[in-house]
Amino acid sequence: MKRFLIPLAAFFVLVIFLAIGLTRDPHDVPSPLKDKPAPAFTLPQLAAADKNFSPADMVGKVWLLNVWSSWCVSCRAEHPVLVAFANQSKLPLVGLSYKEVRGDSDIDAGKLSADDELRLTRRRASAWLAERGNPYTTVALDVDGRVGIDYGVYGVPETYVIDKTGMIRMKHTGPITSESLKKQILPLVAELSK
Amino acid sequence: MKLRSLLVCCALMFTGAAMAKEAAPMAADVEVEKRMVAISEELRCLVCQNESLAGSHAELAQDLRREIRKMIGEGKTDKEILDFMVARYGDFVRYRPPMKPTTWLLWGGPFLLMAGGIAALIAFLRRRAKEAAAPELSEEEHRRAAALLDQSNS
Repeated sequence: MKRFLIPLAAFFVLVIFLAIGLTRDPHDVPSPLKDKPAPAFTLPQLAAADKNFSPADMVGKVWLLNVWSSWCVSCRAEHPVLVAFANQSKLPLVGLSYKEVRGDSDIDAGKLSADDELRLTRRRASAWLAERGNPYTTVALDVDGRVGIDYGVYGVPETYVIDKTGMIRMKHTGPITSESLKKQILPLVAELSK
Repeated sequence: MKLRSLLVCCALMFTGAAMAKEAAPMAADVEVEKRMVAISEELRCLVCQNESLAGSHAELAQDLRREIRKMIGEGKTDKEILDFMVARYGDFVRYRPPMKPTTWLLWGGPFLLMAGGIAALIAFLRRRAKEAAAPELSEEEHRRAAALLDQSNS
């Protein structure tokens, strides 16, 4: 009897470990940026062509930085959640338009000049927000994705919760759902806003 | 994005043409290229997680390779470049993560399993040795055995 029980027990232990493994998302890599200062940058804004946005502008506020682009399929799913959220919350939601033009595999961005790429980025991002609603208080344009690298972006959409002192308190990889908003993001925001 | 990058990964796996197109332009400096490849082979591409940064055709991998080239051009050491990546993407980007409390189990786990296996093997062998040296028959049993043999012979 014992000779069957031991392998059986070992088998169940293995099954339990594998079952736990299945529930985990390998794409959800913990960010080393948590509890570190949000990397500084200065990028042009979408709305006002002559103005820049920098995280330093937000010191003293709890805010969300949402990385998105119009070619990103998951962003399409996420967008209505953000719009609904922005309608009923005063929390600043800053959009970071990530590689809007060169990230789109349908466009050969190598042929565009920097000015043309910026212009096309503005046109495409504005059109997308006009069509689907604009949840963002500000949108900064990361045309070449360099700021995205500093934030460790590896798959849009990604969202950062940044506190009053400019520290990153949470990184959410993948689309925000109303559930993740309610269960993870908003409780943290409430706590940080105290 | 997840689905999209997965599709891109899969698509690129099967297209030799795309590879040929990408490899061409950057080989300006052979030394820089060699170092870039050596460093990026140590790094995981976060989009196609089972590919190294050197071998991945994901867009992010291209961006990061460009970043590594730039840093080599700026005279950064290999360690500085690795630190740059770890600061942004965590230890997970390294194929050989550093030894520290959170990775002890990762590094030691296989040895623990092996130790467990060896212990089980030794226990098994000992038990078998004991069973093999089974007690000899008692006198009573000898008599019974002899009686049974006699029966079957007659």
